[in-house]
Amino acid sequence: MTAVHYWRCFCGILMREVLRFVHQRERFLSALVRPLLWLFIFGAGFRQVLGVSITPPYETYILYEVYITPGLVAMIQLFNGMQSSLSMVYDREMGSMRTLLVSPLPRWYLLLCRLLAGVAVSIVQVYVFLAIAWAWGIEMPPLGYLAVLPALVVSGLMLGALGLLLSSAIKQLENFAGVMNFVIFPLFFTSTALYPLWRLRDASPLLADICALNPFTHAVELIRFALYLDFNTTALAAVAAATAVFLAAAFYGYDPARGFTRGKQTA
Amino acid sequence: MASVPAPARTGTDAAAAAPAALEVAGLSYAYGRRRALDDVSFTLDGGRFALLFGLNGAGKTTLFSLLTRLFTAPQGRIRILGHDLERQPGATLARLGVVFQQSTLDLDLTVRQNLEYHAALHGLGRAVTRARIAEELERNGLADRARDRVRALSGGQRRRVEIARALLHRPDLLLLDEPTVGLDVRSRQDIEAHVRTLCATDGLAVLWATHLTDEASPGDRLVVLHRGRLCFDGTVAGALAARGGGDLRAAFMALIGEAE
Repeated sequence: MTAVHYWRCFCGILMREVLRFVHQRERFLSALVRPLLWLFIFGAGFRQVLGVSITPPYETYILYEVYITPGLVAMIQLFNGMQSSLSMVYDREMGSMRTLLVSPLPRWYLLLCRLLAGVAVSIVQVYVFLAIAWAWGIEMPPLGYLAVLPALVVSGLMLGALGLLLSSAIKQLENFAGVMNFVIFPLFFTSTALYPLWRLRDASPLLADICALNPFTHAVELIRFALYLDFNTTALAAVAAATAVFLAAAFYGYDPARGFTRGKQTA
Repeated sequence: MASVPAPARTGTDAAAAAPAALEVAGLSYAYGRRRALDDVSFTLDGGRFALLFGLNGAGKTTLFSLLTRLFTAPQGRIRILGHDLERQPGATLARLGVVFQQSTLDLDLTVRQNLEYHAALHGLGRAVTRARIAEELERNGLADRARDRVRALSGGQRRRVEIARALLHRPDLLLLDEPTVGLDVRSRQDIEAHVRTLCATDGLAVLWATHLTDEASPGDRLVVLHRGRLCFDGTVAGALAARGGGDLRAAFMALIGEAE
């Protein structure tokens, strides 16, 4: 097993994810419609209600739509991470995860490839969304579109690793709907995606503390700062730490010595 | 429990000297407190067609999960061509081809795309992949279906794609977990005959799990599991002879009855 083998394996897994994505047009469309609805309707509706003052990285007054755009970008990645873990649970129930796991490369590497392939797909979605937002008049500094790419890789990894962790813990598809509600919504609403931290602190100091600890907040801020060619060290450190924890726990969850179909009892 | 006859090692001297295609020794596994496998040991030689027979719940699926390293057993050892699955998982899994009970193909992808994915997982280069896909599809009578989506294929054809896929990386041991479930009589016979041919021409060791007695032929190796224990290890002919000939189904039921 050489580096070439590892590389070919990664390309194969990436190719499969891309092909599956291309074939599931509804998935692509719904992944796009969701943030656009937030942007066009929620954003416009709350424009008058929520004033956003000048906080870094912004140097001038901004519209509410502009404020929530980075949050919606992170939301795309959040849904993508959860969806790819959903498909892993599905794959496991349908058995195609076994094809992956019975191949000779180490299991952590196979899972990492799956994760990276999911991140790549999420980045495509993000850029399509940013293009539509641009057409809608939400323009970032031109170089911001490039600077955000590494941020998207890091945040995508974190959210994908969270999905991977969940997929290792969930035994069956039916349990997944609940997890979507208990993971996606709390993460999204207790973050800085929709409201800046200082506004939240006015309303509830406790909520603001929760928000400051939420790894999703840091993913949002990392993306927000990168879009404006700024760099948020705290956010990067928090996202990297969360990624490491989620990944370690997910690899532990998929450890063959623990037997991940335990509990299903298909003898 | 009935006395277990010694494994029938009828290979040539050369084959006997080489490591067994599959060696299972003292394998046990429990789901919580329920024992699914209890001290199971047997060996298979290359070029032999072996039936793993057992009723539902006998431990076949658990054995397959352990053989494919879906999970690992705290007790016992699995070796494929002398490679220890626990110590060298990569090298060992590379020798193994598997057809799972449930289809694991991507229905929306074409036959070729499914096979290419598998080849990539095994690190095959582009030229080798192309050549082997052409060869295996030809051998499996699917040469004209490469561009079709799997969804468009019949159940029997999908099984053939899975067999072709399992052989792409040229394994020494092919595991099939109830591969004919849900297929009509004709497809079942075709697939069985095809795998037997592979076994004879490629020197491949085949372990075919089933609960259908009509998939046995007298020369086959036979391993019978019942409630997680090995209750017969020999040949189909041997099992029949031990029961004084006659009906294979009756012989199986008698074996299992003794094991109760």
